Amino acid sequence: MNLKPETLRQIDEVITHYPVKRSATLPLLHLIQEDIGYIPAEAVEWVAAKLELQPINVYEVVTFYPMFRQKPIGRRHIKVCRTLSCALMGGYKTCAAFEKEFDTHRGEISPDGEVTIEFVECLASCGTAPVVMIDDDLHEKVDGARAKELSDEIKRQAVGRNKAASSG
Amino acid sequence: MPAPQQRRIIFQHIDEPGYTPDLACYVRHGGYEILKKAVAMQPAAIIDEVKRSGLRGRGGAGFPCGVKWGLVDRKSGKPIYLVVNADESEPGTFKDRYIMHQDPHQLIEGIMISAWANNVKQAYIYIRGEMPHGARILEKAIAEARAANLVGPKILGTDYGCDIFVHRGAGAYICGEETGLIESLEGKRPYPRIKPPYFPAVLGLYQCPTIVNNVETLCHVKHIVDMGGDNYAKIGTPNNTGTRILCVSGHVRKPGYFEYEVGKITLGELLHEVCGGPLPGRKFKAVIPGGSSAKILKFGETFTLKNKDGSSRTLSVEDIPMDFDTLAACGTMGGSGGVIVMDDSVNMVEALANINAFYAHESCGQCTPCREGSLWMKRISHRMVHDRARPEDGALLKSVADQIAGRTICAFGEACSWPTQSFVLKFGDEFKAYPETRNASKTDGSLELV
Repeated sequence: MNLKPETLRQIDEVITHYPVKRSATLPLLHLIQEDIGYIPAEAVEWVAAKLELQPINVYEVVTFYPMFRQKPIGRRHIKVCRTLSCALMGGYKTCAAFEKEFDTHRGEISPDGEVTIEFVECLASCGTAPVVMIDDDLHEKVDGARAKELSDEIKRQAVGRNKAASSG
Repeated sequence: MPAPQQRRIIFQHIDEPGYTPDLACYVRHGGYEILKKAVAMQPAAIIDEVKRSGLRGRGGAGFPCGVKWGLVDRKSGKPIYLVVNADESEPGTFKDRYIMHQDPHQLIEGIMISAWANNVKQAYIYIRGEMPHGARILEKAIAEARAANLVGPKILGTDYGCDIFVHRGAGAYICGEETGLIESLEGKRPYPRIKPPYFPAVLGLYQCPTIVNNVETLCHVKHIVDMGGDNYAKIGTPNNTGTRILCVSGHVRKPGYFEYEVGKITLGELLHEVCGGPLPGRKFKAVIPGGSSAKILKFGETFTLKNKDGSSRTLSVEDIPMDFDTLAACGTMGGSGGVIVMDDSVNMVEALANINAFYAHESCGQCTPCREGSLWMKRISHRMVHDRARPEDGALLKSVADQIAGRTICAFGEACSWPTQSFVLKFGDEFKAYPETRNASKTDGSLELV
């Protein structure tokens, strides 16, 4: 597991926020997932050693909280709110629109590796339903047409990234 | 009829053009003056003001804030912690998000005043994991406040110090339950603790006395110290003081967030005048008034309530003032202020199936009745919608719900039972008829809800 120096610095800093090291479990898992995209088995061991815990103490956290994942996902993460206020305004249609755009199903990595689409529970923005998070960004009032626009943008960014990679 | 006027205290600057989340802007608008006032007061005097204000918690339970503070064990010799519950997750609720993203210093000032009042040296803001920008905004604001001697050691030239750290959750609704939140902050699965003995005020974070308050509640503290507890108590209605933010979502023309004096606006005024009424060609059918676990209200039903003088009054759903006590008297609750509206396009079996899927996903699994019951309610209602429905399924759902409430460590047991109990009670005919109506609702173009 190769963490960036900046991640290691943040890890050492965040541990100082708590009188009991174990409290840093969630922050460390967030930092590792942000760095390498998911929580591999070796990260569980690594965090346990870092915080002077047993691996099971970390593993039970990784397996409980919905945001932690033990496998890689697509390059972009599309989280569509499934809960009542969004569903009342068409959240299921929004999700289907994204699935169609990327030829994939919820919970899978799209064939081009670009996205993973998931249903998530209430994102606390019910007044602007349906809402979607793409990576860290919240998008409001995402109907089918807006889902298409956002998908096109993701595809454009992917093309740009591939061009940059091939020319660089 | 014109819409009743909002009274924006907490949301005074939300969506104000030019208002930014940085310290300079906050100070330009009088920011941290109340903290300066507070540190010149005796801590006990501040607690007294909060008690006199009648402030009730805005997170869901409506527990009086001053009473909560009064329960803190101050003789244990252990440090006292303040934990800010910013894990806004109750479906239909979206108020704390705007405070944290647009006016983070208002929250920080509220935290520091409350910390001073309770001799807290360390505060944590537990923000939900799905608000990464909010966490960064808060961290930046805390750093600014620390640099200006408003947070950290020896604030404002006193010998008093308190630091604040932001702690991110990771997508679990149960972390909004205060003892589950504490477990999560300790780095564990957020299994709620049993009370007694684990009352946070006595045995909270690291087994130390701990105050857990909602974001909006702590912002109110700032304004209580500003205007005085007695003056604050004049806002709103007796036992339901101050303002509160009502979040309206679902089938209205103009959803959004609105701050009103508690009890000074009725549900009917809120939905018809403020939110513009139902969508074109539709009629209101049902409304959940305080977050998805609050029992549903059916348009057309009435409530006969006792007055103090012994007489009684009858209210329609539209007549209900949006205060804690009247909503409770009508068999539901003000909860977290999340109002979810459903019109006549909605089939209630399908709406309940959506809610049941939420609670089954979010049960922490610690107590058997909740872990199994929430899952069974989801499976039954999901089967009704997607496979085979039977006329007796409503009764079956209710029997499962009835075996959860009151048999669990935390209030999630009630939270997941109340929707099923109230939907089946009030819309029983719709559940009985669902085997016949199911196919119609699949072809009439109505939206998929589960």
